[in-house]
Amino acid sequence: MNERRTSTAAPLARLIEEFYRLPGIGPKSAQRLAYYLLRMPAADARSLAEAIVEVKEKVTLCSTCQNVTEVDPCRICTDAGRDRAIMCVVEEPLDILALERTGSFNGLYHVLHGAISPMDGIGPEDLKVSELLDRLRNGETTEIILATNPNLEGEATSMYLSRLIGPLGLRITRLARGLPSGGDLEYADDVTLTRAIEGRQEMDGA
Amino acid sequence: MPPRARLYKTEAIILRGRKLGEADRILTLFTPTFGKMEAKAKGVRKPTSRLSGHLQPLNRCRLQLARGHASDVITGCETLASFRGLRDDLDLLSRALYVAELTDRMTADHVQNLPTYRLLLDTLGRLESGPAPDTVLRFFEMKLLDISGFRPEIECCVGCGNALEPVDNFFAPVAGGAVCRECVPGQSGPRVMTLNGLKILRLLQRGSYNDVARVNLPPELAEEVERHLHSYIIGVLERDVNAAAFIERLRREGARTRIEV
Repeated sequence: MNERRTSTAAPLARLIEEFYRLPGIGPKSAQRLAYYLLRMPAADARSLAEAIVEVKEKVTLCSTCQNVTEVDPCRICTDAGRDRAIMCVVEEPLDILALERTGSFNGLYHVLHGAISPMDGIGPEDLKVSELLDRLRNGETTEIILATNPNLEGEATSMYLSRLIGPLGLRITRLARGLPSGGDLEYADDVTLTRAIEGRQEMDGA
Repeated sequence: MPPRARLYKTEAIILRGRKLGEADRILTLFTPTFGKMEAKAKGVRKPTSRLSGHLQPLNRCRLQLARGHASDVITGCETLASFRGLRDDLDLLSRALYVAELTDRMTADHVQNLPTYRLLLDTLGRLESGPAPDTVLRFFEMKLLDISGFRPEIECCVGCGNALEPVDNFFAPVAGGAVCRECVPGQSGPRVMTLNGLKILRLLQRGSYNDVARVNLPPELAEEVERHLHSYIIGVLERDVNAAAFIERLRREGARTRIEV
């Protein structure tokens, strides 16, 4: 914010300024947060400050799967109990959290850190695609699951990757796209419904 | 002035979307009645959203909107056409995205523009069903330039105004079109325009899509026409179209795999 005559103490003004730079924080929210911190017990404030410093100093990207980690290679990549033949490709580190929560996948991951978006000028060179290819060429992977988001960018990314990986002769699969649990059939769009029909599964009548 | 209704309906083609906050998206729509406009789609990044599937870019849909403070909010949506053939083929998808991006960049907000809406709709349909997607793009580019008031001059030389001789001439994007041999020295960045190249550009400008679709362009000629139009569009927009780089990349990589195989 600009230099103006103000009664705000300089350290407080600086803190407001720092908060203002965060996404989704406007000038008023920045002030509110800063004044809240001011009244906070010193120990809590110190702990918050340390957490911020620590996250920047200790968290890096895993050199293998590109996930955020504090040890390199990360815990998933070094876990001997995981199936090294199957790899799940996701857009963001948060997607790993979601997939891990299900407990139904026990392979390795690869994080692209984004999706191809031709209109925004985001191409494969902006993602961790060459790292993925290196891993697939040298690794023990036999199946790759493309788990990008089921939207236009995610689909474009998956199509591009399957084209790129195709010549390596691996089994390439894509997460099923169809009706969400808790959804309503009458509100489903044609593309989703068509995919749901195509991907229908046998029901066990027993 | 009569009070404006809080809710209103329109048809629209979704050009693009960008994330907003936790689960919302701001969509850029192209409508027959209001031209290009932005609207907020709330909660569409959650998996159970009833709207999300209908509000993917390149969808043509019927929308209900509620007037909002900064931007209007989409409250209902039904898909009219999802152009699925474009979504399942990366080469077609990249071209359709180019069409959407160029429409977005060439048009202004809230200016009714029915010809562009029709052209956009026809172009997406032609891409989905047509045999020559690149010809569809060239026709789209030329017509969009025309509608937008940037029709390139290819009847006469932009330097001297004389009719062009039936020989190889030049194309100078910054000057606004064709340049004859005599006028070339004063122009910046002219490129040779073959006689056949000129004929195709004229056909694109004057002809209907059916006239254009009948012509089978040899690769060098298609490349030349694309180069002229692309440089002209960069001149008009004063920037490149992002999706063009991706189309080029797919072409390059496709050629490489063919050579390796």
